[in-house]
Amino acid sequence: MSFLECRDLVKTFADGTEAVRGIDLRCGEGEFAVLLGPSGCGKTTTLRMVAGLEKPTAGQIVLAGADITDRSPAERDVGFAFQFYALYPHLKVEDNIGFPLESMGLNRRERRQRVADMVERLGLGALVGRYPRQLSGGDQQRVALARAMVRRPQIYLMDEPLGTLDAGLRLEMREMIRAQQLDAGIATLYVTHDQEEAMSLADQVVVMDEGRIRQSGAAALVYDQPADLFVAHFIGSPSMNFITGEIREDCFVALGLVWPLSEQLRPGPATLGVRPEFVRSNDTARLRAEVVRDEYQGACRYIHLQAECGRLVMRVADRERVAVGASLGLDFDRVLLFDPTSGKRL
Amino acid sequence: MPWLQLKGVTRRFGKAEVLSGIDLSLGADEMLVVLGPTGAGKTTLLRIVAGLDAPDAGRVEMDGEEVTQWPPADRDIALVFQHFALYPDWSVRRNLEFPLKAPRQQLARGEIDQRVGWAAELLKIERLLDRPAARLSGGEMQRVAIGQAIVRRPRLFLFDEPLTNLDAKLRESLRLELALLRQELGIPAIYVTHDQAEALSMGDSIAVLAEGRILQQGSPEVIYRQPVSPVVARQLGQPAINILSVQRRGDAWIGPNEAERMPALSGTGEMLLGVRPEDIAPAGGHVPGVVRVVEDAGAAWILWVDWAGASIHIIASKERRFAPGETVYPRIDAERVLLWPR
Repeated sequence: MSFLECRDLVKTFADGTEAVRGIDLRCGEGEFAVLLGPSGCGKTTTLRMVAGLEKPTAGQIVLAGADITDRSPAERDVGFAFQFYALYPHLKVEDNIGFPLESMGLNRRERRQRVADMVERLGLGALVGRYPRQLSGGDQQRVALARAMVRRPQIYLMDEPLGTLDAGLRLEMREMIRAQQLDAGIATLYVTHDQEEAMSLADQVVVMDEGRIRQSGAAALVYDQPADLFVAHFIGSPSMNFITGEIREDCFVALGLVWPLSEQLRPGPATLGVRPEFVRSNDTARLRAEVVRDEYQGACRYIHLQAECGRLVMRVADRERVAVGASLGLDFDRVLLFDPTSGKRL
Repeated sequence: MPWLQLKGVTRRFGKAEVLSGIDLSLGADEMLVVLGPTGAGKTTLLRIVAGLDAPDAGRVEMDGEEVTQWPPADRDIALVFQHFALYPDWSVRRNLEFPLKAPRQQLARGEIDQRVGWAAELLKIERLLDRPAARLSGGEMQRVAIGQAIVRRPRLFLFDEPLTNLDAKLRESLRLELALLRQELGIPAIYVTHDQAEALSMGDSIAVLAEGRILQQGSPEVIYRQPVSPVVARQLGQPAINILSVQRRGDAWIGPNEAERMPALSGTGEMLLGVRPEDIAPAGGHVPGVVRVVEDAGAAWILWVDWAGASIHIIASKERRFAPGETVYPRIDAERVLLWPR
């Protein structure tokens, strides 16, 4: 039984822009669902329709068993967070956090308890009596996050809430959001263009493009079994390697590469996809490539290679060293095949 | 002999000292990345190198010459900003020609065409040359902005978070392109960012800047593996480095709640022990921990583990699965730990 359900949701703006072209979406109770896609894919418009800030052109939105399609935002009991700014400058930290509770009819003791819980969770104990201007940027963001999550609505809706933060702070806040959401058990719909953020937060990743859902499922599903080339390219960093070629008898053939296939596939043009962690150097392999750049990433290295069949990336342990300009033989541990015309995985 | 040097550069705005005694050096064919959070002083530093701002103390030297008092135009430096300033109604070609038509350039028409063609080819924007800038995507605009910098073939590039406003996916591919392009041109560059992945990936050298001071400068490997302090250690790595308090007892470090013993190679008393998430194995240790969250990072799992009174991160191989609530026995790679005085 899904908690939030969007049925064939469509949004066409007055200027004719088809922002959302038929979205079917389900989010279970307590589930963290992330709408992921490039700019202009319709993810924010979808979220705004769930919030009641945009009226769908067609379709239906059901929350906790009730059709809320025509309800105003105020009648929906959703907690909406854009970017966690805008503290009230004249209120102390604790009053800023408690502000959303004022109109909820809670008594003073309950309000204090809720605020105290958030203060403890986000480690703000030392700051409760201060005013926003006395806080560092990072602490202001923490307070704003506490305020956004102090209410317990039926669902949290978050639109790139970490968008403008420094990279380091973004990681920290991401963990706080996840920890709080897991404890409170409140369903969450979260919008981002950052696939890594999506993968780390989501119970369900919903990959969108041009107003439609390409694929949705657990992070492991969209990563290991992408439905098409778009999802395969969008999920994963660095991106999956793609080699264009064709299927001939029981092999995939491209410039400098003959890859035997384990199953019988229809002959014809094909694209082979292989993730950087499944590329391995092997001196005896037929596929040769030249090292173009050694990209150090601390925990690992990405080795960028030029082969006859195109550019490839290989992920290796940080202790492994290869020289730029060296020639390597390459082997693959796990590959996927796609139809280059439809984009679908074969 | 470094090509660019900053010596004791200090800048005050009123009572606030935004840069304090900055010493930096850059080789003739190097990309130096200045890594630091918002407000660390990164942009002020770039403006001083560019000559758009003057230091209150200290000097700037380029190729052996002191340039501290030189006006910007004499320095022959190209800047690329986060907010690119293209003329929206002009074609890409006209935008690229613009910096070459400055009075002091005095280039012949043929030379201008040749340089614009060269830059467009390098940046793969040839097919966009006749399009108005306003009709480009964010990534295309950023390429044109970089093109404006390279057509001049300056002596030095300065990049001020040029990829920050772009989608994550685009950022990732452009950072590699930009590093390769700079390498090909052989022109030195300073690149400022708050993004640790960009710093590791692009820098021949990284300088960590915080509150107007350089905390450490070195190769990405040195900054990542031998950070001088916990503050520097936390600047790099994702998830961040684990930091635990430990105590020396005999020939071993004892972790929190008697948790873990590690052979002590140096140091005495109470110390802070830093260990990267990839240097802790989820099995093989003696003290149990409980997995709280399992994050899917694609090529690996990231585990949040409650372990002996501390909350730690472990990067674990995908060869096996993990579930929240599961008991694991973390083992720290003793050879890769870092120790700092408390």
